[in-house]
Amino acid sequence: MAILVTPQTRVLVQGITGSFGARHTQLSLDYGTQIVAGVTPGKGGQTFEGCVPIFDTVACAVNETGATASVIFVPPPFAADAILEGVDAGLDLVICITEGIPVNDMVKVKAAMAGSKTRLIGPNCPGIVTPGDGPDSHGGCRIGISPGYIHRKGNVGVVSRSGTLTYEAVWQLTTRGYGQSTCVGIGGDPVNGTSHLDILKMFNDDPETEAIIMIGEIGGTAEEEAAAWVKENCKKPIAGFIAGATAPPGRRMGHAGAIVSGGQGTAEAKIAALRDAGIAVAETPSIMADTLIKHIESLKNR
Amino acid sequence: MNIHEYQARELFEKFGVATTRGKVASTPQEAETIARELNLDQIVVKAQIHAGGRGKGTFTNGFKGGVHLCKTPEEVRDIASKMLGQTLVTHQTGPEGRVVKKIFIAEAADIATELYLAILFDRSSSGAVIIASTEGGMDIEAVAEKTPEKIFREPVHPLLGLQPYQTRKLAKALGLSGKQLLQASKLITNLYRCYIESDCSLVEVNPLVVTPEGQVLALDAKFNFDDNALYRQPSVVALRDTDEEDPREVEASQYGLNYIGLDGNIACLVNGAGLAMATMDIIQHSGGSPANFLDVGGGASKEQVAAAFKIILSDPRVEGILVNIFGGIMQCDIIAEGILAAVQETNLTLPLVVRLEGSNVELGKKLIRESGLAVISADSLADGAEKVVAAVRSAA
Repeated sequence: MAILVTPQTRVLVQGITGSFGARHTQLSLDYGTQIVAGVTPGKGGQTFEGCVPIFDTVACAVNETGATASVIFVPPPFAADAILEGVDAGLDLVICITEGIPVNDMVKVKAAMAGSKTRLIGPNCPGIVTPGDGPDSHGGCRIGISPGYIHRKGNVGVVSRSGTLTYEAVWQLTTRGYGQSTCVGIGGDPVNGTSHLDILKMFNDDPETEAIIMIGEIGGTAEEEAAAWVKENCKKPIAGFIAGATAPPGRRMGHAGAIVSGGQGTAEAKIAALRDAGIAVAETPSIMADTLIKHIESLKNR
Repeated sequence: MNIHEYQARELFEKFGVATTRGKVASTPQEAETIARELNLDQIVVKAQIHAGGRGKGTFTNGFKGGVHLCKTPEEVRDIASKMLGQTLVTHQTGPEGRVVKKIFIAEAADIATELYLAILFDRSSSGAVIIASTEGGMDIEAVAEKTPEKIFREPVHPLLGLQPYQTRKLAKALGLSGKQLLQASKLITNLYRCYIESDCSLVEVNPLVVTPEGQVLALDAKFNFDDNALYRQPSVVALRDTDEEDPREVEASQYGLNYIGLDGNIACLVNGAGLAMATMDIIQHSGGSPANFLDVGGGASKEQVAAAFKIILSDPRVEGILVNIFGGIMQCDIIAEGILAAVQETNLTLPLVVRLEGSNVELGKKLIRESGLAVISADSLADGAEKVVAAVRSAA
């Protein structure tokens, strides 16, 4: 089943005519993803590359095409509005790739979304991939900016706050013959729509997901909260990695949310919480997949 | 982004947050004039640098203390001449210290009570929270640890904003009543307006004081701003003092690179923040010490890679470099060309290990192998980290 998206999911792109949005829309189309609509205000009636109709509003796009998920590539000053437009149109899923949205904007968006049916992934994230059956996982659902070909259809769920570190984990799995059910980048911002915990619950309920890699980093306490839930509720094997053990306190390490402040959010505390929950922690980012594979084997032999 | 104390005071004045009178000076003459205008018995002169511990600091000319209490304008002028243009060393500046270019001349308030007040972005509730404590002038983290009951927290609804009753609740929690309660309530309202309208992530007033005459004043403040919102805060951006920042970080930001200097000897250049942190970690794990965090972003251009090399090489502690690129969408051969061009342009002599992964990786590795340059190719992240640590050891 995978989680959140399947190869049948109908996707619309907000900001389809910008260079970044256009490039990744094309890559998703090449991957076999059902990109059914684009939205750029003022360009309604045009088409993208002759095959994807463009609409002025998300509501029009949803009505005309039956899209249930959207991906946002619009610049930071307009991103909060784009998310709220997707919520207003009743989408199931909004995935915001945009990096650099003001924190105060996201604080309001998150509060305004309370009680709505829409799930937000991101912002500042690489998106979601549910790999397909074809060569190089072609035929899957790729929403966002991940390289599609590094994936392989299978049974490992991957959740992470970082883009390239996710690719690293996915590539390690694929080259060792372990495919993925769904890979989710939840984003590196301090206010995000979906947490590690939310995704772990979905992986736990998904019969197709048999094992999980969870990648975290310094800042906040989301990894600790996820670990506390895992300890009581999740029986699937999980391997974890936490980035930023060598980061100096008080400095933002690239991601707006990656900061140790007031002694909170250290790698040590997160690693300890993961271990306490029975999660196998990879000592280095080079052995994320190997750590999971070893963990799966050791649980089998028990 | 950080700002100077005098700039924080100017923000307070702009938003009507009650504070002591004061002005900034760049010359001893200016300092004397301000002191005359203030016309007070007690005037405080404070060196303006971003680092803390100014009062206990020492100037490299031997003059002690970056904060002085003066009685006359002549004395203010004399102290100003000993501070301005001099280098102040505090426990936070490191031995190289910071040059004092400006001093703040202000009313020295008498203090009856010291309180604590802060507004900050709280991750766990995804919103602003106001923190008040009767334990002012102390290290608030220590207070929170030892006597958590003395910390009062009031979350602000993201859509409703701060309500008047909440400011009165906070004032009460600070132990205030009567006129002081109303003064504090107004101060908190204006401070919150300052926090929201300036896109702050932290405004900390420590101490907030009550004077013997019963005035409630914000005496010292620390501001942090949300970097993501700077595009719509030109007046905040204008407060940036790049002289107070690491020049390498300033240069990196001009090229759209994310660089943070550390004190190790192995530099790294990586695409993506998470992978960049993880690369620092694996360098340490392999027995080395990372010299920096450097994220060149998803679509690093040839110019950016060249600029990144120059910034890395301007750090005299760097003895080796690890490039770690997961070229998912970017093609490895194009990245390799950028790296090789940068190596030639900078006449690199230090050991350089390059780990590439992703599309066209074999072509990328071939380009590096056949370049004739002394670049070591690595097959995995662990292999790269081990190779750069070994190369630095054997070069030493």
